[in-house]
Amino acid sequence: MADLRCNFAGIESPNPFWLASAPPTDKYYNVERAFKAGWGGVVWKTVGEPIVNVSSRYGAVEHNGSRMAGFTNIELISDRPVEANLREIKQIKREWPDRALVVSLMVPCDEESWKTILADVEDTEADGIELNFGCPHGMSERGMGSAVGQVPDYVEMVAAWCKKHTRMPVIVKLTPNITDIRYPARAARKGNADAVSLINTLASIIGVDLDTMAPEPIVNGKGTHGGFCGPAVKPVALRMVGDLARDPECRGMAISGIGGISTWRDAAEFISLGAGTVQVCTAAMHRGFKIVEDMVDGLSNWMDEKGYRTLSDFQGAAVGNYVEWGELDMNYEIVARIDQDLCIKCGLCHVTCEDTSHQSISALRIDGERRYEVIDEECVGCNLCMYVCPVDGCITMEPVDNGKPYVTWADDPRNPANRVQAAE
Amino acid sequence: MAAQPDIATGRLSQPEYARNFGDIEPPLTPQQAPIEASRCYFCYDAPCIEACPTGIDIPSFIHKIASDNIRGAALDILQANIFGGACARVCPTEELCEEVCVRTAQEGKPVNIGLLQRYATDRFFEGGEQPFERAAPTGRRIAVVGAGPAGMSCAHGLARLGHEVTVYEARDKAGGLNEYGIAAYKMIDDFAQRELDFILAVGGITLEPNRALGADISLAGLRRDYDAVFLATGQAGVKALEIEGQSLGGVRPAIDYIAELRQAGDLSALPVGRRIVVIGGGNTAIDIAVQTKRLGAEDVTICYRRGPDEMGATWHEQEVAQTSGVKIKHWVRPVRLHGENGHVSGIELEYTTLGDDGRLAGAGDTAILPADSVFTAIGQVLIADPLAEGSSELLDLRDGRIAVDEELQTSLPGVFAGGDCIDGLDLTVQAVEDGKIAARAIDRLLSR
Repeated sequence: MADLRCNFAGIESPNPFWLASAPPTDKYYNVERAFKAGWGGVVWKTVGEPIVNVSSRYGAVEHNGSRMAGFTNIELISDRPVEANLREIKQIKREWPDRALVVSLMVPCDEESWKTILADVEDTEADGIELNFGCPHGMSERGMGSAVGQVPDYVEMVAAWCKKHTRMPVIVKLTPNITDIRYPARAARKGNADAVSLINTLASIIGVDLDTMAPEPIVNGKGTHGGFCGPAVKPVALRMVGDLARDPECRGMAISGIGGISTWRDAAEFISLGAGTVQVCTAAMHRGFKIVEDMVDGLSNWMDEKGYRTLSDFQGAAVGNYVEWGELDMNYEIVARIDQDLCIKCGLCHVTCEDTSHQSISALRIDGERRYEVIDEECVGCNLCMYVCPVDGCITMEPVDNGKPYVTWADDPRNPANRVQAAE
Repeated sequence: MAAQPDIATGRLSQPEYARNFGDIEPPLTPQQAPIEASRCYFCYDAPCIEACPTGIDIPSFIHKIASDNIRGAALDILQANIFGGACARVCPTEELCEEVCVRTAQEGKPVNIGLLQRYATDRFFEGGEQPFERAAPTGRRIAVVGAGPAGMSCAHGLARLGHEVTVYEARDKAGGLNEYGIAAYKMIDDFAQRELDFILAVGGITLEPNRALGADISLAGLRRDYDAVFLATGQAGVKALEIEGQSLGGVRPAIDYIAELRQAGDLSALPVGRRIVVIGGGNTAIDIAVQTKRLGAEDVTICYRRGPDEMGATWHEQEVAQTSGVKIKHWVRPVRLHGENGHVSGIELEYTTLGDDGRLAGAGDTAILPADSVFTAIGQVLIADPLAEGSSELLDLRDGRIAVDEELQTSLPGVFAGGDCIDGLDLTVQAVEDGKIAARAIDRLLSR
């Protein structure tokens, strides 16, 4: 059986599945239940000067009958006194020493505030701290959260203060509400942070109630933008994690992957793009803590099947294959193949190819029977038909052996720049 | 020695009647409908549309349910099929749209098109809107004979085109088989009459109930008084059993009893036998068997002369019968009815087999089933006499039904026919389509 233990920037945990800083980790009662369910670690709900939340607080996107395909919140940091949080953190860490316990923090942007709280957190014997520079709603209006995370200079400054005033590993939680994720990450590195975690939520309006004409979630007729998360944001998160994993200037910094992780497979994808641990929130808020059983079990079974003994055996294995467009092979060719025995004649491959661009799947009637066939010469190998086909394995993309070498755009004769050179 | 025929009322409690004659398939809830709708792949060149005699754009209306555009969904349905509400309930979808649904090929579980159609139309009817308007009056008058689905579909189509329509109906109520023939649990809460009210609300349609062709009106008279005539008389006659004892008491055509049941205000007052035998293998046989069983009959047996595959009833209907506790006895045919004091007491059946020539043959051995009631459901026929009565010209018939061309025009100019009185699928949905086709053809004829 695979070994799922991990050491993340010096923080040990029995598996890479941590609960992200959020309502499920805001007190002893929840966290104890999470540890009993099997979570490898938790990042405690952001501690700071207690706030007051509004109601309502959440909104959700339902897609094709699937609830909470995307989720949003307008909650702030912990609404409980700092002392209560610290007391419970200390207690739970003492009772569950093998689990990772990281404390998320958010205090005003001055060195004294950070210095004070760091000393208090150290006293709990927590394993590390996570700087909440990500929260895009509410707290950012008060000059904290993403208001800090969006300014690389501030990220570096606060990370440096924390490193100066504590022996605990420092994780900087990054906001995705920025043009290039590498800049705040590099700033964290310059501030000597041990790790980054990403992504925090995306600033968003989840929907508009067309009866009351108010953005959701609605608080007495008004709405504010919230933080979007859940399965829908996973692709955004994967890309940002990948960008940092391959960035030479971020090298050496551990990455905790966050964003729409609902299953062991999601987690494996993040780890393959360089993450050392993953953090989960929406999936646990949707179905409860028990989901971790399958995450642990599924990841372990998959690793056994693939022959990976430890997480490091495949951590970052996909990073080298994540390249810029200009490094792709211009000569690679694939063509759609339809397995006529599996085809159920829904015609979606035809109509989407027809209406999208390529007109490369013909709709035929042979003795009255529908038949859909690929016109090889027209097929550009875009994959669309494979994705719209509702039957697994019915449409596959088959490589064409054209005998041509790997050529990037820079070297491609079709590149106008090369044509000019040839003419000279 | 033999007991008196055990035919009694009130075999069940009122809650049992209510349960047995409530919706046989509960409608979708607002939560279920979009989930079921999301199962539709929105096929290109969708096979379901082709399989629907009225050509409803099924993927389109289902997509609209998924997007909560219920009015749009309902109008997609009703514009193609004004009886979309009834058809959602009575169509043998397992042999039409749902049989060819690509999900049937993929996983043996089609999108539940019937229930989705019911969801859209029910919700739309709840709003009470009349979405159809009539074109400017043409001054043309058309007579429709028969207020069943074919007749009313034609009348509605013609009324929308601006014509004035008079519908003559032999019975008290309009609706045809929707009112008198469909099993009660498929059409609860007086839906047939509510749907008719909706159809009539477009305006321009005058109903003349209790006016039978051949008795109160004649084809010649209609041809004289109207610009065109649409015949939708259905098949009012029943085939006779033609065996010894057929005139014994307790031997009845199934459709008569079903009509009585449909019109009964209080089902506990309707007498039903303890032991019922049904002769036939079509959907009417299933309907009478299941309904008598649900009225409290103890033993109900359908006797059919061939095997399950040859039955006219769909596999789904056969399943409904069996899960309702009806026994289906295959490979037997009636040879004699036994009676006591003028009332049927049993039926003698001969076992059948397929001969080497592929024809049905008696196997020689027989069995007797005791019965308090025997219902025949062996087919209906067109009663052609009224079509000729009072007319110097005769309508051409073909195989016992009215012969029509592609536009549903009969051999008499200006006289059209559709529904069960012409050859076809004998389905509500086909009758509706016939009415549509005839309405367009009549309009073209009158516009010349």
